[in-house]
Amino acid sequence: MFRSHILVCGGTGCTSGNSMKVYDALVDRVKKAGLENEVHVTKTGCFGLCAYGPIMIVYPEGAFYSQVKVEDVDEIFNEHIVKGRIVTRLLYKETVGEDGNIKALNDTNFYKKQHRVALRNCGVINPEKIEEYIAYDGYEALGKVLTEMTPQDVIDVISKSGLRGRGGAGFPTGRKWQFAKNSVGNKKYVCCNADEGDPGAFMDRSILEGDPHAVIEAMAIAAYAIGSDQGYIYVRAEYPIAVQRLTIAIKQAREYGLLGKNIFGTKFCFDLDIRLGAGAFVCGEETALMTSIEGHRGEPRPRPPFPAVKGLFGKPTILNNVETYANVPQIILKGADWFASMGTEKSRGTKVFALGGKIHNTGLVEIPMGTTMREIIYDIGGGCPNGKKFKAAQTGGPSGGCIPAHLIDTPIDYDNLIAIGSMMGSGGLIVMDEDNCMVDIAKFFLEFTVDESCGKCTACRIGTKRLYEMLCKVTDGTATLEDLDKMEELCYYIKENSLCGLGQTAPNPVLSTLHYFRDEYEAHVRDKRCPAGVCKKLLRYQIVADKCKGCTLCARNCPAGAISGNVKEPHVIDPNKCIKCGVCIEKCRFGAIIKA
Amino acid sequence: MVHLKINNIPVEVKEGTTILEAAKIAGINIPTLCYLKEINEIGACRICVVEVKGARSLVAACVYPVNEGMEVFTNTEKVRKSRKTTLELLLSDHKKECLSCVRSTNCELQKLSNEYGCDENRFKGVRTECEQDTSTSYLVRDNEKCILCRRCVAVCKKVQEVAVIAPARRGFNTHIACAFESDLNDAPCVACGQCVAVCPTGALHEREEIDNVRDAINNPEKVVIVAAAPAVRAAIGEEFGYPIGTNTEGKMFTTMRMLGFDKVFDVNFGADLTILEESNELLDRVTNKGVLPMFTSCSPGWIRYIEYYYPELIPNLSSCKSPMQMTGATIKTYWAKKEGIDPKNIYFVGIMPCTAKKFEKTRADESASGYPDVDAVLTTRELAKMIKTSGIIYNELPDGTFDNPLGEFTGAGVIFGATGGVMEAALRTAAEKITGKPLDSVDFKEVRGIKGIKEAEYDLNGVKVKVAVASGLTNAKKLCEKIKKGECDYTFVEVMCCPGGCVNGGGQPIQSAYVRRNVDLRSKRAKALYDEDKNAKIRKSHENEAVMSLYKEFFGEPGSHKAHEILHTSYVDRKNK
Repeated sequence: MFRSHILVCGGTGCTSGNSMKVYDALVDRVKKAGLENEVHVTKTGCFGLCAYGPIMIVYPEGAFYSQVKVEDVDEIFNEHIVKGRIVTRLLYKETVGEDGNIKALNDTNFYKKQHRVALRNCGVINPEKIEEYIAYDGYEALGKVLTEMTPQDVIDVISKSGLRGRGGAGFPTGRKWQFAKNSVGNKKYVCCNADEGDPGAFMDRSILEGDPHAVIEAMAIAAYAIGSDQGYIYVRAEYPIAVQRLTIAIKQAREYGLLGKNIFGTKFCFDLDIRLGAGAFVCGEETALMTSIEGHRGEPRPRPPFPAVKGLFGKPTILNNVETYANVPQIILKGADWFASMGTEKSRGTKVFALGGKIHNTGLVEIPMGTTMREIIYDIGGGCPNGKKFKAAQTGGPSGGCIPAHLIDTPIDYDNLIAIGSMMGSGGLIVMDEDNCMVDIAKFFLEFTVDESCGKCTACRIGTKRLYEMLCKVTDGTATLEDLDKMEELCYYIKENSLCGLGQTAPNPVLSTLHYFRDEYEAHVRDKRCPAGVCKKLLRYQIVADKCKGCTLCARNCPAGAISGNVKEPHVIDPNKCIKCGVCIEKCRFGAIIKA
Repeated sequence: MVHLKINNIPVEVKEGTTILEAAKIAGINIPTLCYLKEINEIGACRICVVEVKGARSLVAACVYPVNEGMEVFTNTEKVRKSRKTTLELLLSDHKKECLSCVRSTNCELQKLSNEYGCDENRFKGVRTECEQDTSTSYLVRDNEKCILCRRCVAVCKKVQEVAVIAPARRGFNTHIACAFESDLNDAPCVACGQCVAVCPTGALHEREEIDNVRDAINNPEKVVIVAAAPAVRAAIGEEFGYPIGTNTEGKMFTTMRMLGFDKVFDVNFGADLTILEESNELLDRVTNKGVLPMFTSCSPGWIRYIEYYYPELIPNLSSCKSPMQMTGATIKTYWAKKEGIDPKNIYFVGIMPCTAKKFEKTRADESASGYPDVDAVLTTRELAKMIKTSGIIYNELPDGTFDNPLGEFTGAGVIFGATGGVMEAALRTAAEKITGKPLDSVDFKEVRGIKGIKEAEYDLNGVKVKVAVASGLTNAKKLCEKIKKGECDYTFVEVMCCPGGCVNGGGQPIQSAYVRRNVDLRSKRAKALYDEDKNAKIRKSHENEAVMSLYKEFFGEPGSHKAHEILHTSYVDRKNK
């Protein structure tokens, strides 16, 4: 028995903030103090509150330290671990009550409304130790499935639970498995889509880093259900920690006989291999992913035939995303009704969202379906920083759309999001405030898809490029109102004519902003003005003569030498030289420089 | 059977039929660009989109299988508008030099753009910039005219299995390239030109030599001689509106003289000559336990294939030059001497159904007289272009004939142009040589037809001859693998690089994907040759009097030292160079 457990986040966010150095320092202190048998230091998966990383929790007190630096380790160790005095100054401030007492993490705003199913083990167990996963009921579901259930039973439970694909399209998982089970084939495959590519979304990475066995267990369950003996996890090479932990987890599972031949002493055999994606967004599309696993250029192929009939290497295949799989063992253990009791009528369970952009608490949150956007952004996310006004939120990454402020009370589920011109996607949620130009935002997302288009079909290859060029005309102030109509027409053309989901959804950011923020587009076109003051070509930096003291600070910092004037006299900006970098505004202490 | 409605017309088709095929049965054409039946079924260009009742978006008819009760609409406003937009987008990234383009009036993009009344400037924007690849002696690749239908890629990979071109980069920057963006000349390309034959636009075409030929004709010092390969006569008529499979040999001869060539010989003569040399080599290998099976060596694409991919099988290749090279070599030695002309002043032009011949003429060991055996190679298409720009009304010409002595040919020489033809011609001669008796029938039908691999066994006076015939490199590869593993005991193997043989060569008139889908070019054109053979007075190469007197006067006998010097060649290992 340890008297104290220290859990240090080993997710990518905290790791890049040096959490592993914190971990090493703690291990070192514990060792030097000879407390190895009393204090246990563990690295875990992601806690979700990435904005405040590096993060660590000390039990039994449940002290939640945030933004811990290596320099803080001595203090925490000497005060808290040795003397039992919590270092309040380093605690996540939400956990410190007005009375100075520590609040449980689950009582903080960030965690209060969350309900962790897919993320349940993230930040709780050491993902590199299968024993810890097993201690938290790991592989019990697989055991139950193999010894007590028929493959059809498994599919029935998954179908009844109402679980839908968490990767984007929301296809009912049970139905997908049923198709693959019904397909005749001497070989079938189970694939996991871990090629998470939406900018800002990282829930799959978090699950793989924090709870890799959950995915392995679920894939084995799926394999049993459809009659497969081989699986592939297609994970992007940009996730080195995830790949490393998965590799360890697969090895451990093999050693425990949970992968390989005759699992749990039954006739069921199943093994898994990892395939690394080389950085193409389109490889998150199911047919492209399979084409890539087969060793070809990762490009989508026409459907039908659907993967359940003719997938990887031409064999019946199911492909689910990481988060979808992470729900499966729980559903088996706790039952379909338990899962179906969460969420909305057509979208059961919970969903993980990655909060990003202009929001206080960037990070990962898991909430029951049907939670409103307002609850996520304000109650959990803490609203926009610096008192700025919330303007819109983009869900579904580059395939989704912008949801305007007046729809903030929409309960989030698959169907509601589609109805308002966006989509669930993988769960990225990027918040925009009054300083964001919606045309610029549309341009940003479209630029991403233009770059990531595989180039196979005309509609996506050339269509998105032309659409992007039209958006540039808008932000440059050279577009006409007719161009806006032409843009809209091209958007619908691309949606209707593209070969795969990438192209079919690529115009969504443009269409939704055109729909909800047409006035902003028109301001660019008609008035040659960017209301949010973002589009450089439409901006003019000016010095207000009355306010300028002639301190010369702006002129000295201007990288383009565009500012001139005598000391103690109002300066002027030469618009022909100005590159609109904004340095002068930052430097001016008198608020004398404005964008107009 | 599946029942569906296309534009409200009930149709009954087999399960697995695509909407495109079902529509054809209903008398409805759906345009295509990227689709090549069984070769490129990728649904990429989106020209063939149609509306399917209940479907979320438009679907690509070329790859979408029909369902029971499906309702398809191929001609709605939405469909027409979508296709038009697709074309306009393609045009926005296309080098539009249509007026002077090599494929003008025979371009699938041009034809559709015209039909749909496209505005070529509606989506003006940046255009792909790519330098032309003119690195080879046989092909020009112009990616700025490429519409990325990938028909060339598919043909290279699936039909020829050499896969030297593939899409590189992605999105708008996607373009067709060799590995590591190398020049085609540095890639193990066999030069077959099948990519050209399937290209819907002017992005791929042969390296033209018309100007060189005209210069030679205009040069008073040069004696310019022309000779066409067997397969040319079976296809050139297509360029002038004749039905596919019309043999217009007589008009071709007349035209050649009108174009200013001094002598009109025929590569059919060289084909007969090849048979004499090749059958002699075969018998020699059989008698003296040489390397077997012996491979034919007429097809330069096939030679390059062996040199690049199976150099260990080079000893199996017959050392005989191709009929074109033999013709050129004989002209510049035997005929030059006979006529008292310095071979330096002879300019020999081969008219070929082939792009690889443009490479072949540049090979080492192909200049028997000290000067290249062949000076220029024009494809069938180039000859047609020359005829058109010369104001010759091809269709109204009287039939002409070849010049002697190097024009005379037999039916055996004619059928060289079709897969199995060389084998059959060789068997006619070899059989009579071995048995010493005239054949009852000269038809060896087992080796005819468009099947990829044909096998037959003959008993010639106790000598068992097992033969195989392959066309298209996918089939050739299968044979090579079997031979390498020692899984077969063929005596003689004919391989033609292009599927169906030279009649379907990369230099032949280009037919659209629509035509290729509905007409079998290979058998139609081959039939023209087999018909000519059937009606020929002499059908065995060794009965070609001109060939026999050539031996009497000059070479002595097949396989003689002189014949070896002039009519045989050598090969290089390009894989391990």
